[in-house]
Amino acid sequence: MASVRLLVTRSGCTALKAITGHGQRSLSVSSAVLARTHVSYEVKDNVAVVRINDPTSKVNTLGRHMQAELVEVINEIWGNSAVKSAVLISSKPGSFIAGADLNMFQACKTAEEVSYLLQAGQKMFEQIEKSPIPFVAAINGSCLGGGLEFAIACQYRIATKSKKTILGTPEVMLGLLPGAGGTQRLPKMVGLPAAFDMMLTGRNIKADKAKKMGLVHQLVEPLGPGLKSAEERTIEYLEEVAVDFAKGLADKKVTVEKKKGLMQKVQDFVMGLPPVRKQIYKTVHNKVMKQSKGLYPAPLKIIECVQTGIEKGNAAGYLSESENFGKLAMTSVSRALIGLFYGQVACKKNHFGQPEREVKKLAVLGAGLMGAGIAQVTIDKGVATILKDTTEEGLARGQQQVYKGLNDKTKKKSLTTFERDRIMSLLSGQLDYRGFENADMVIEAVFEDLSIKHKVVKEVEAVIPPHCIFATNTSALPIKDIAAASKRPEKLIGMHYFSPVDKMQLLEIITTSKTSKDTTASAVAVGLKQGKVIIVVGDGPGFYTTRCLAPMLAEAVRALQEGVGPKKLDSLTTGFGFPVGAATLADEVGIDVAAHVAEDLGKAFGTRFGGGNIEVLKMMVQKGFKGRKSGKGCYVYGAKSKEKKVNSGAEDILKSFKLTAPPAVSADEDIQYRLVSRFVNEAVLCLQEGILPDPVQGDIGAVFGLGFPPCLGGNKICKVNFHNPPFSHISGPFRFVDSYGADKLVQKMKHFEEAYGNQFTPCQLLLDHAKDSSKRFHK
Amino acid sequence: MSLSLIRTVLLTAFSFCSAARSLSTSVHLQAQGNVSGVMLTCEKWKMPIPFSQYNSKSKKTLAKPGVKNIVLVDGVRTPFLQSGTTYADLMPHDLARAALQGLLNRTGLPKDAVDYIVYGTVIQEVKTSNVAREAALGAGFSDKTPAHTVTMACISSNQAMTTAVGLIAAGQCDAVVAGGVEFMSDVPIRHSRKMRKTMLSLNKAKTLGARLSLLGSIRLAHLSPELPAVAEFSTAETMGHSADRLAAAFGVSRLEQDEFALRSHTLAKKAQDGGMLSDVISFKVPGRDIVSKDNGIRPATMEQLAKLKPAFIKPHGTVTAANSSFLTDGASAVLIMSEEKALAMGYKPKAYLRDFVYVSQDPKDQLLLGPTYATPKVLEKSGLTLNDIDVFEFHEAFAGQIMANLKAMESDWFAQTYMGRKTKVGAPPMEKFNTWGGSLSLGHPFAATGCRLVTTVAHRLQKEGGQYGLVAACAAGGQGHAMVIEAYPQ
Repeated sequence: MASVRLLVTRSGCTALKAITGHGQRSLSVSSAVLARTHVSYEVKDNVAVVRINDPTSKVNTLGRHMQAELVEVINEIWGNSAVKSAVLISSKPGSFIAGADLNMFQACKTAEEVSYLLQAGQKMFEQIEKSPIPFVAAINGSCLGGGLEFAIACQYRIATKSKKTILGTPEVMLGLLPGAGGTQRLPKMVGLPAAFDMMLTGRNIKADKAKKMGLVHQLVEPLGPGLKSAEERTIEYLEEVAVDFAKGLADKKVTVEKKKGLMQKVQDFVMGLPPVRKQIYKTVHNKVMKQSKGLYPAPLKIIECVQTGIEKGNAAGYLSESENFGKLAMTSVSRALIGLFYGQVACKKNHFGQPEREVKKLAVLGAGLMGAGIAQVTIDKGVATILKDTTEEGLARGQQQVYKGLNDKTKKKSLTTFERDRIMSLLSGQLDYRGFENADMVIEAVFEDLSIKHKVVKEVEAVIPPHCIFATNTSALPIKDIAAASKRPEKLIGMHYFSPVDKMQLLEIITTSKTSKDTTASAVAVGLKQGKVIIVVGDGPGFYTTRCLAPMLAEAVRALQEGVGPKKLDSLTTGFGFPVGAATLADEVGIDVAAHVAEDLGKAFGTRFGGGNIEVLKMMVQKGFKGRKSGKGCYVYGAKSKEKKVNSGAEDILKSFKLTAPPAVSADEDIQYRLVSRFVNEAVLCLQEGILPDPVQGDIGAVFGLGFPPCLGGNKICKVNFHNPPFSHISGPFRFVDSYGADKLVQKMKHFEEAYGNQFTPCQLLLDHAKDSSKRFHK
Repeated sequence: MSLSLIRTVLLTAFSFCSAARSLSTSVHLQAQGNVSGVMLTCEKWKMPIPFSQYNSKSKKTLAKPGVKNIVLVDGVRTPFLQSGTTYADLMPHDLARAALQGLLNRTGLPKDAVDYIVYGTVIQEVKTSNVAREAALGAGFSDKTPAHTVTMACISSNQAMTTAVGLIAAGQCDAVVAGGVEFMSDVPIRHSRKMRKTMLSLNKAKTLGARLSLLGSIRLAHLSPELPAVAEFSTAETMGHSADRLAAAFGVSRLEQDEFALRSHTLAKKAQDGGMLSDVISFKVPGRDIVSKDNGIRPATMEQLAKLKPAFIKPHGTVTAANSSFLTDGASAVLIMSEEKALAMGYKPKAYLRDFVYVSQDPKDQLLLGPTYATPKVLEKSGLTLNDIDVFEFHEAFAGQIMANLKAMESDWFAQTYMGRKTKVGAPPMEKFNTWGGSLSLGHPFAATGCRLVTTVAHRLQKEGGQYGLVAACAAGGQGHAMVIEAYPQ
């Protein structure tokens, strides 16, 4: 893990940061010219153009080496009287500076050690901020974390309007904070509300938004090809423009200060009033507490640092920033989030090699919610896709779903209407098997019924070419049972997508003993193209994700029967760190689906999957309470009202199945651990049985597959919105066992076992870990 | 000042090939030296070489067996005026009418001898959507002569001409009039979509109550009008913006662009003063004076040009009002015939219209590179090389666009990487290039420019004694066109 770097991925949950202070070297390093590998500069018309390029990586990161060279070069520039201004630019097409080498902090043993590193970084940026000559940051590509903090220490910022250009402070997603002056400079630059929004959400900001916010001064249009490639020429052009501005700054022809509009002046005035600021801190604090349930320390520390800086001055602010960063870096939450990040990076690679044939034409069977979603994420990556259904009505609904998904993007301006139309032209909606003779892969997403699936396998295999892969999208049916109808089981594989497909990042790929390696490689390649985080698991009822979820939902039903109301149940689960409560989750999944799965898995696994009475679910389905999709489930989903109402019809059903809660295991905390321990135990059992290849994929699957888009809330001033999926503060069942302690968990489970029986019997692997505390799932 | 304000508004309002300019004064063409172009220096931009240098008689004719010879009998145009000036109160078909009548006068063509009329236009006046027919009737052509309108942005009248060529080549017609008109002094400005919807529903509302409720639904925001074509539809980018990026992509400097613009104005002025622009007819504008000269030719000094701020990409862009073509009103018309018919009617044709191509490419990053793509293709078709061409007439949308095309044509890397060709086609020598001015100075009524280019090539071939001419143009939508023209033996 020595050279793990922070990679920027498209999905947004991306790079990390933090400038690495480099304690050993002082800023007065002499110009002893050692061959520099990461940073170079030349002087053009009295402008020093500093180019950064880490030769060992696709992206630039602020590591020890990079920073040492930067310090050297900057000192040389300051020592050169011919240099009147400077431009800082990256030679890499897609990355300005994407963050820092995380290992730097992970290698530290104490909070003080981390704080010390940061203080050196803070000092360097402060010197740049107070530099006698102006610095222009020329930004193309990712400018995140420490990269952004570097840029905002410069006097002037120019960014390309490229789609790859993103600015942001993603530290919070790793349980950290912007520790190199970010919490101090950002509020002054973009105002308190916008700074909180950036730092607390970690969101990526595109160039034009950054300009509007005052985060950058000028935008440069990306160029097309000329006498060089578009990318190369764009960087060159950015440099030319930046050099012009640097000259202008040196000659005082360009002014840094923007004329403030009336609104800005009013806002500045209002923000100048201490009671107003106090109110903002309070509002943001409350918002964070409400959304994070106090489980995430980083957001609160960010507020504290900002507040200290503004109310007590810079020196106190910087100190608070470096100290708090040091403390956060030592927390288990941050370590877990960083572990999750690495896991995600690992699940974005194809470990099965390059497939023999690239999938250029895909066919999706069934234009339902899933099928249409799969089609959407395929065509928007440029792959021609057939969407086949059996009825015109179903097909029209599916096509409309795809269109709406894309059209919503045009409303958000992430897609032009023209791009939308071009993408839609790749979709062929049809009722017959025309064109299947050219398909490279077929993904079926028809109704979850084995006999229907068998019929589809036979029909499709009659029309597809020999090389074509048949993937089945099922959430619980064992793949080998479906493959029983196939003439070519080596080409058959399970691809379990999560709804809504265009939002949920996870793809669970299921291989049978007969699935060929090339088929797996091809399925993973398609999934990666679709932008998915992928786990590859073994076959069995419910595979991994569904199998873990089912016992937890069974326990939730039991809790409901025992008289815990849906709202209470939700607050207990969200209080544990799930973004969506268990009752809401059941509504989102669909009560009918839950019933179906519970029945199937109940048959397969017996009483271990018991708990709540399955008749509760069946009765609800009978009454039409199928969850959100039917308007009623545990809750009633009105068209407008924000406040969810509990469905009294469901309550009546629960009353008729009422159970008495054993008082010994019915405290709030007990209920939480009953739900979580069943999930965790099943996950560990999957690893024990070899369904799961490793704990990393187990954690990623739990975190990314079983969450739903978090409820957006809040007013504009402080829209605090955590993108953290469930389990993320503990980062999955395996990290949970490691940090909570297997022995403690087993103890709790045994206690529950006494009341309820074998549903709480810990599996062997968990017992092994409980016996030997040196055994850990993650190092 | 108010005029320039209006121009600025229009400048941003129209995507096509726009810009305005408020410069005037003296003629001044100086070699500035040290221009970092690929192959162009100001030295090369000096005046056209004397035509005695040409020795074209030895070149072969481009006639092909089995292909009809089609000739340009003559071509005319109204003076091209900056929009909002003398033509301001007309309608598009009035201008078109003037060009058609001018053609009839110039050629003495019997009005019933025309088999068909094809006319181009870009911004359509909704009342005369088939402007070809309205103008033909108004110009006194026989009501038995059918007419249709074509549109292909800045190459609309090229499309009109090649449509005519097609009709004759297919043996369906012998004499066709082609042309184009653009009228930017008045453009259709629409109500907003919501307002239109309300107004249309109002027509259908039966009861007073229904009408009142519809009227009540109108909000202030619905009243804001919709300006036509602010941008390229597919990319939402204005053309000037795209031109600025194109110039930057090819490393065309502001200085190079200003120098080229100045060259265009200087040469146009010289051609105008020297009586070269004989395709221009006089036009008595109803209620106004007789107009007989283009009014956008204004050679300035480099210093004056340098003062202008960028018009599209601010503050660091290079495309300004002065190095862009301006919004123009104007119309043009040509008479195209089969050679036999022309000779039978006693005409002395001016030129053969030979091979032509249409090309299209990425409307985002290569919007205005049509000439680069079209030139090698059409030369190949005719079996010619760039060196065989005596007269080049390229449409000048922006100085930056022309310079970018010249650099692209001069680049092996570009030819190989983007055009799938083995080698570059080469850039036209400046002494043969747009030597009587171009769209930057003469003006650019979108759909009328094509005929001006072809007629100018014919006239220059005659004047200079050359044999082959090449027309090339770019157009919105990322399209382009080129045509080879051969002088008619004198």
